[in-house]
Amino acid sequence: MATLQSLDIRRRSASTEAPPQIRQQALQVAKLIDVSKCIGCKACQAACLEWNDLKQEIGYTDGTYNNPTDLTPASWTVMRFTEYEHGDDLEWLIRKDGCMHCDDPGCLKACPAPGAIVQYTNGIVDFVSENCIGCGYCVKGCPFNVPRISKVDRKAYKCTLCVDRVSVGQAPACAKACPTQAIYFGSKDDMIVHAEKRVTDLKSRGFKNAGLYNPPGVGGTHVMYVLHHADRPSLYAGLPDDPRISPMVGFWKGVMKPISLAAIAFAGVFGFLHYITKGPNEVSEADQRKGDELAGGQTNSRGHS
Amino acid sequence: MSENNVVSRYTTAARINHWITAVSLILLALSGMALFHPSLYFLTNLFGGGQMTRAIHPWIGVVLFISFLGLFFRFFALNLWNRDDTVWMKNLGKVINNEEEGLPELGKYNAGQKLVFWGQSILILLLFCSGLVLWDVYFEAYTSIDQKRLSAVVHALCAIGAILIWIVHVYAAIWVKGTLRAMTRGSVTRGWSWKHHRKWFRQEVGKP
Repeated sequence: MATLQSLDIRRRSASTEAPPQIRQQALQVAKLIDVSKCIGCKACQAACLEWNDLKQEIGYTDGTYNNPTDLTPASWTVMRFTEYEHGDDLEWLIRKDGCMHCDDPGCLKACPAPGAIVQYTNGIVDFVSENCIGCGYCVKGCPFNVPRISKVDRKAYKCTLCVDRVSVGQAPACAKACPTQAIYFGSKDDMIVHAEKRVTDLKSRGFKNAGLYNPPGVGGTHVMYVLHHADRPSLYAGLPDDPRISPMVGFWKGVMKPISLAAIAFAGVFGFLHYITKGPNEVSEADQRKGDELAGGQTNSRGHS
Repeated sequence: MSENNVVSRYTTAARINHWITAVSLILLALSGMALFHPSLYFLTNLFGGGQMTRAIHPWIGVVLFISFLGLFFRFFALNLWNRDDTVWMKNLGKVINNEEEGLPELGKYNAGQKLVFWGQSILILLLFCSGLVLWDVYFEAYTSIDQKRLSAVVHALCAIGAILIWIVHVYAAIWVKGTLRAMTRGSVTRGWSWKHHRKWFRQEVGKP
């Protein structure tokens, strides 16, 4: 698979070795999805399947435009349609869902398989499938409910941010395919500047709560949204208002690991020290004699046993 | 009472039941620790790699659970707490210093053994239940992601607890000489029975 070089790895799941530092100042990339410009045509979904050579099985409609109805191991991005009614007004909110490429990725934190999830120096979070063991811990780590485990091969799949395209200077397939240019791709700094212009424009059109979705709880994301209602992200098909790695995952993958190993090591050392200081607990000859007396006496009184 | 100056302590069936439990607990600890801490991931090699470890761990858990149920029903009545156990626990310091003189005569199990029994009973039940929630191959659809997160924490905490109790259990068998043969040969010496479980010894001797 086309991935960047090992020099370009910033973080590697379940690894105690320090990653190389020489390229850590790499340009941070980001995808900016302008929800206000999206027309819901699903060209991005088609482009994603095509570029990544994926085949989404034909499913069933649930009576909405959501198709497929959820992310799947093959559909790494889906449009989520929400009809938002307020007063006499109806807004059709369409959000392109998929991996947010968190700067502090919960999936990577939770993953127990060394090198199954990597974060590149440019910010892209990628699954290295050959190392994936299919445990589903990434699903528990992710604050956005993105990774999907295949029922066929028990591997985890999600958007790669087209790391193979990005590493040769191309924009992701979805951004390339979008007919309204609702999906931009570039350096994260440039995307933030561009988002500010879009937010100003939206505010001038009456969306006074327009803003950029780049949630600080996960260190910011490398996929960001321009939202008309940035004060209420959850309007957009349940986009988390304040996503962060679950404290349960933080505890499980944080302090619990060293403390547990220390406790086990302490128990072993305590046992060893006890043995060499107090010595074994042995049966004395007196105990043996008394035991024999007890058994012998009873045996005789009952004749035989 | 058996021949050859020894006292029968465990039937063959109880010993086989115990060793199935013991082997599965050790395999579970090794495969579980492999996925718990990156430094121990190399242990997955014992099970044929990461995927195999992930796949096989829950099945060993099923074996352990069924096997432990057998031990539970065999021994739970003998592990009910009584006043002597409280006295014994108050004198735990003496026991640890190999100074057991003056402690009450004990039945088949002392308070430490009873705590190991009840500790493992509770932890294995919790491990089994939280393990089912984490067994995505069959049960992914039945719980929410938050419930799976909680189960992961509970599973890891209980596993560490069970491993600590296992260390106490194994060390006690090494420390108290003459104990191990109860599980390897099914019998203990009269001297051992007199010293450690006199009340039980008297009952055994009194049996027709």
